Amino acid sequence: MTTASVEVGRTRKGLLLANASRRQRRAIYGYLFISPWIIGFITLVAGPMIASLYLSFTKYNLLRPPVWVGLQNYRVMFDGTDALFVGTVKRTIIFAVVSVVLSLAGSLACALLLNTRVNGTNLFRTAFFIPSLTPVVAAAILWRWILQPKYGPMNGLLNLVGIPGPAWLQSTQWAIPSIILIRFWRTVGGTTMIVFLAGLQAIPEEMYDAAHVDGASAWQRLRNVTLPLLTPTIFYNLIVGTIGALQVFALAYIASGGSVGTEGGPAYATWFYILHLYNSAFSYLQMGYASALAWVFFIAVLTLTLIQFAGSRHWVYYEAA
Amino acid sequence: MVMRNPPAAVPAGPGLPAKSKPQAERTYLLQRKLSRGLVYAACIVLSVVFVAPFLWSILSSLKGPSEIYVFPPSWLPKDPRWNTYIEVWRQVPFGRFYWNTIFITVFSTFGAVLSSTLIAYGFARFEFPGRNALFMVVIATLILPQQVTLIPRYLIFRQLKWLDSYLPLIVPNYFAGNAFFIFMLRQFFMGIPRALDEAAEIDGASPLRILFPALKPAVASIAIFSFLFNWNDFIRPLIYLNTTEKYTLALGLRHFQQQPEVGGDPPEPYLMAASLMVALPPILLFFVAQRFFVRGVVLSGIKG
Repeated sequence: MTTASVEVGRTRKGLLLANASRRQRRAIYGYLFISPWIIGFITLVAGPMIASLYLSFTKYNLLRPPVWVGLQNYRVMFDGTDALFVGTVKRTIIFAVVSVVLSLAGSLACALLLNTRVNGTNLFRTAFFIPSLTPVVAAAILWRWILQPKYGPMNGLLNLVGIPGPAWLQSTQWAIPSIILIRFWRTVGGTTMIVFLAGLQAIPEEMYDAAHVDGASAWQRLRNVTLPLLTPTIFYNLIVGTIGALQVFALAYIASGGSVGTEGGPAYATWFYILHLYNSAFSYLQMGYASALAWVFFIAVLTLTLIQFAGSRHWVYYEAA
Repeated sequence: MVMRNPPAAVPAGPGLPAKSKPQAERTYLLQRKLSRGLVYAACIVLSVVFVAPFLWSILSSLKGPSEIYVFPPSWLPKDPRWNTYIEVWRQVPFGRFYWNTIFITVFSTFGAVLSSTLIAYGFARFEFPGRNALFMVVIATLILPQQVTLIPRYLIFRQLKWLDSYLPLIVPNYFAGNAFFIFMLRQFFMGIPRALDEAAEIDGASPLRILFPALKPAVASIAIFSFLFNWNDFIRPLIYLNTTEKYTLALGLRHFQQQPEVGGDPPEPYLMAASLMVALPPILLFFVAQRFFVRGVVLSGIKG
């Protein structure tokens, strides 16, 4: 590896030269090592993004070459020509907000429970974690059967206590809550909880000892020690959770769609954004319009993330991390 | 409420035992026991809630046609039909779907581990112009939703005549489709002292070979994540695969779900059996490799 530079390394100047060429060689190696990423980024990320930006200004149905239509695809979303768009956005936002709030609160509660380190914590952690390992498709199929209005155990249990259960996934009112419920079951004990647990374990014991000495109650310790020190972790889970919830697709596609063509639930009740995008592209072959939907989605996610970052300055404490 | 401190401990201060210790201690211990009991109860109830859907699906899978549509639902099958688990393989080409999924998952995971290790090594151990800027781009792609590039990628693979093959699912992994893996491994490399690679270089060995043993846990975490991602993925196989024989398990389940009946029987027991069999490998993997799993998740969250 070093033979080329050894011969020049006799004089001072030669040494410097050898050093420079060594650095240069290291730089070339560096580029070589990361070259798969550079190729991947250009061909699979940056290139496709530029291509989809271009396509979003065209009409393209795969059969004929794309035709430039200017801003028409974007106009169609907002002027009501696409009658589904506004409802889709609203539905997705409601779903994401409820889902993220529930999953943050639920995961944190589970993590706090497991962090008490009672005997058998490992066993409980495993039980909490298993749902998140289940493939979405399998989970959706399991839950369709559980929420089956007549023969399912959910309404069976509700009946036992005298509550007539709703039609869940088959009802326009209950379809979104059903999807939220399934997603909650699948994700609450998953990675979010594990990240919270790690965050909790990183809080120095002395902090609690100090609070103890000052006579803080359990609630006060949670409120004034645990939560503030956990804010970076909460923030991380908030960002990741929001992006994940906005992308809900497979659950809605399978859980609420019984047979072909019914994806998205009764009366579009669970017709979420990515489902709309998917159908525009691959059911109706409107590649131009679907690209515009993708770009609007991307800009919305980006803006939301930036807002969350800007807002984080007011509530996230970083000293402890 | 239950976990509140004994009031006597407050004025005592650190290290100074109070006079009324025995009594305070007793209430304190009682409260501790109570709170422990509550924690246990909560943990047990939650565990049951988390595991119950699996139990219900196991029970359902064993029910016969006469028991499946019963109102109110019956809990235990009177005459368990274990045959369902054999019959389902005959009704649906599940062997085929398993093999397809394993094939895709293995080659994808190999590619993801290989490429992200090399790339992370490049970012962690070499200095070159633009390194930090490029790494920022890697981080930025972390929040990029995959749906944004979905359509153009589809069009590219269509142009390459790769549709209805496994190439669109496998090949991107060799070009580090996952920024998260690169980030994780780079953190790991940064934690290993440079003296180790220099020693290797002096001995004429490849530093990567020397570093690999230290990397094993991180690589294991990535392999597990990649396995899970590919095993569970739905939208990409849905878009790229058309022929039933080429389906993955996720697609196959979906396909199976659309059948109104299975050999004249209600489909639910078969669907439950099939779903359980699809969910089993990830769960088994977790039991085998729990350690790497938790460490990987933790590593990803720490720098967030």
